[in-house]
Amino acid sequence: MTTKTVSLKIDEHEITAQEGKSILETAIENGIDIPHLCFLAGLTKTGACRLCIVELKGQAKLFASCSTPISDGMEVITNSEKLKAYRKNTIQLLLSERTHVCSVCVANKNCELQALADKLGVEHVAFEREWTSENVDSSHPFLVIDRNRCILCTRCVRVCDEIEGVHALDLKLRGKDSQIIVDFDDSWDKAASCTSCRKCAKVCPVGAIYVEGEPLSETKDTGIADFVLSRRKK
Amino acid sequence: MPTNAKTKLATMWLSGCSGCHMSLLDIDEVLLDLAKKIQLVYGPLVDIKNFPEGVDVTLIEGAVANKEQVEMLKIARERSRILIAMGDCAVTGNVPALRNSFEDSDQAVLQREFVENSDIQQTIPTDVPKLLKKVYPLHEVVKVDFFIPGCPPPAGNIAYVLTELLAGKVPLMENKSKYG
Amino acid sequence: MKPADIIHLAETELDAQRSYKHRINVCCSSGCIPFGALKVLKAFEDAVKEFGVQKECKVARTGCIGTCSVGPAVMIEPGNYLYQSVTPEKAREIVRDHVVLGLPVKDMLYGSKAYFEKQHRLVMKNAGKIDPYRIEDYIAAGGYSALVKCLIKMSPKDVIDEVWLSGLRGRGGAGFKIGQKWTFVARAHRSPKYIVANLDEGDPGVFANRTLAEADPHAILEGMLIAAYATEANKGYIYIRAEYPLAVDTLKKAIDKAKAMNLIGQNILETSFSFDIELRLGAGAFVAGEETAILASVEGNRANPRPRPPYPAASGLWKSPTLIDNVETLANIPQIISHGGLWFSKIGSPTCSGTKCFSLTGKVNNPGLIEVPMGITLKEVIYDIGGGVPDNKKFKAVLVGGPSGGCLPDTMLDLPIDYESLTKAGAIMGSGGIVVIDEDSCMVDTAKFFIDFCVEESCGKCTPCRVGLHKIQETYARIIGGVGKPEDIQFLRSSCGYIQEASLCGLGQTAPNPVLTTMRYFGNEYNEHILQKKCAAGKCSFKHNVKEAEI
Repeated sequence: MTTKTVSLKIDEHEITAQEGKSILETAIENGIDIPHLCFLAGLTKTGACRLCIVELKGQAKLFASCSTPISDGMEVITNSEKLKAYRKNTIQLLLSERTHVCSVCVANKNCELQALADKLGVEHVAFEREWTSENVDSSHPFLVIDRNRCILCTRCVRVCDEIEGVHALDLKLRGKDSQIIVDFDDSWDKAASCTSCRKCAKVCPVGAIYVEGEPLSETKDTGIADFVLSRRKK
Repeated sequence: MPTNAKTKLATMWLSGCSGCHMSLLDIDEVLLDLAKKIQLVYGPLVDIKNFPEGVDVTLIEGAVANKEQVEMLKIARERSRILIAMGDCAVTGNVPALRNSFEDSDQAVLQREFVENSDIQQTIPTDVPKLLKKVYPLHEVVKVDFFIPGCPPPAGNIAYVLTELLAGKVPLMENKSKYG
Repeated sequence: MKPADIIHLAETELDAQRSYKHRINVCCSSGCIPFGALKVLKAFEDAVKEFGVQKECKVARTGCIGTCSVGPAVMIEPGNYLYQSVTPEKAREIVRDHVVLGLPVKDMLYGSKAYFEKQHRLVMKNAGKIDPYRIEDYIAAGGYSALVKCLIKMSPKDVIDEVWLSGLRGRGGAGFKIGQKWTFVARAHRSPKYIVANLDEGDPGVFANRTLAEADPHAILEGMLIAAYATEANKGYIYIRAEYPLAVDTLKKAIDKAKAMNLIGQNILETSFSFDIELRLGAGAFVAGEETAILASVEGNRANPRPRPPYPAASGLWKSPTLIDNVETLANIPQIISHGGLWFSKIGSPTCSGTKCFSLTGKVNNPGLIEVPMGITLKEVIYDIGGGVPDNKKFKAVLVGGPSGGCLPDTMLDLPIDYESLTKAGAIMGSGGIVVIDEDSCMVDTAKFFIDFCVEESCGKCTPCRVGLHKIQETYARIIGGVGKPEDIQFLRSSCGYIQEASLCGLGQTAPNPVLTTMRYFGNEYNEHILQKKCAAGKCSFKHNVKEAEI
């Protein structure tokens, strides 16, 4: 079976790419930067964070570029003034939702949310911050989850389910009360299904899950999912 | 901005660690250029007791945590043309605002500091300004014109914003701002 | 059973029904049971025995008659005498006077003739007339004849052509052309294919789908079977809220009966067509009614929506092609097949054919479940059918389309009810809720109520809906708390635009509608609240919160 190629335009770039890829994947391959947060190569695309939204010529709606497949003749606009404003809004909402204090965070300078805020020029958060007091679980011998820093991107849930094949992590409750839980909302040391593989900490874009006593720069490995998958396929 | 007269610059220190003021001094040789154009009229670096009228630019470090700070900030706002939140405490609340996560945090921190952690005279002082129920970043209290985040904000960013403003330009923070 | 047996059964049942001189239909739907409908039913049965008229008078347990506010409702045929607020004692009186003596009890009859005059009962034609627990009743009323027609005379393509011709559009809210949708699924050459019937009606104050399932479950089943035949699907799920116990029970028994009669299962009516139907109970999340969330929930996962494409027609349940239709849509299908698409296309308005069921509630004299032709105006619905606003109060607004609908003022009362007109006015068809609001209500408070609802029901997956709606909720709390600022209006407007455009699914995309429409049509109330700290309806407390008092 031969894979078809399609031609499309992303901003001013004329691109030919393999059919079946998403807009974001195509953009990344071609060195075009579209801000994204919940997307991680190798994991299911959930379209949750809404940072990677783009405009498509001739369509009124906005599309999450991570989950929208490319098609022939597509014209993608990644950086209109509206998109910029919406992305800044999204970052501000994420920063205001829970307790994000960069200066005392384990992820300081290794944080994808912080980096995006800097890059997009979110120099302050117009919304009132929430200052949550969610549960912090450090019962595991070395893995810690601080739910006050969680942005609910569910990378950890997906990597645990799809790559490690365990599904020890999932969500409970809904809306702004949503929380990442381990097994049946157990404390982490009691979670029988967790294999302590650390993949959740490796992919966490912020400092919500980390390895105690280890610099995040050491732990972080956002290529892990793609790497494991590439070794699986034969 | 009148070209001959020097720009009147004030700085203010609210609930913060003074690290942002250190960063301001860290501008190094650019300070010499700035010094030619500005006159420092108020702040912890100079010995003037009252916030003067007609200030051009005010840099404020720290979050708003007590009644006195609310008053001071409002005066600064009233008497300044441009008000800048300098550093994470002023921009986000940062470390001082961590107490917001606790219930009745104003009482809780005093209790912790002056009673539980104190060896002698375990009493909560009454002759100091009253703490607010919550700690606020500046823009939740008054209008703020520019923000320089960072803990501390990089000296270069402070220099950039001041230089741009002195040149009558609007500083752009894309790829420059830096939390933490 | 063979197709001919269905026709035979219908005739036998009709003969049996004709042997009765009177038929007493006692509404035993979720609306009337709390008023004591089951006791009334028992009382009618006892009274019929007492007066010895069992042979000439049939007492039937039926679904909703439509006048939900004056239950228990009882309809006596012939003559369609509708009795309201019947008690067990009065039941005996009615049997004595009406059935035995032939003198209808005038002072207990339902007063508003107009309530039924402007309605057009198509989907609900059997409601209140047949016993939902007896498949024979449905068959006698012409039920399953459309399925027989499909199996004997029509190819799957013929069926889809007929649906195209009818112009039927999805009744779940968005109004997608059903012929188009079915074509997509029929064209997907992958097996298995699934059908999901959406009965997850989560909007506050909306009960149209529930009533349909309680009154005429076989219409839904027959619609699904025809859809399956047309799209060559193998298995169907009816996704229903667990909070609808009566509807669940009715559907469950209907499925069992239909299975026993070989109308569902393998080689239906001894043809090569096979289709199975299963119930799936929802756990009470509003968002589960969203097209992709319902799929996740049927699969047994958390009811979170996922981005489209891929559309369910290409990749739905377990990544197989899936047709998702609202139960009201499906209940239209048997009649389209029986009478033809052309016949159906002439009902309603040119762009929107057919009828729509609405739960008419709020401040109207005759609340209840109504079915009206598309294109009818809001005025006709509220004043002719609904009988206007009670207690001489002034009409203020009407909320069309549930929590994500829009609040329309009196100047919009001539608006015809169809998808395009409603969308243009800032409302949506939604799942069919019409709530009338009078002068006693504050529109700022009303908008806040619906935002609170959507915040509560947001699944939490995407940022704009999860956090953005919460920020809007906080802004309302400030305005109602008396510390609103003039710039809040601009904030609400821009936030709403952002949430509408950036949200992942329909919940977030439509949640700002009540905010935007109340600001558009009742902007003066916002100004009053913010600038004068005044609420004309006297609903808002203006109690300051801690923060503003401090700084």
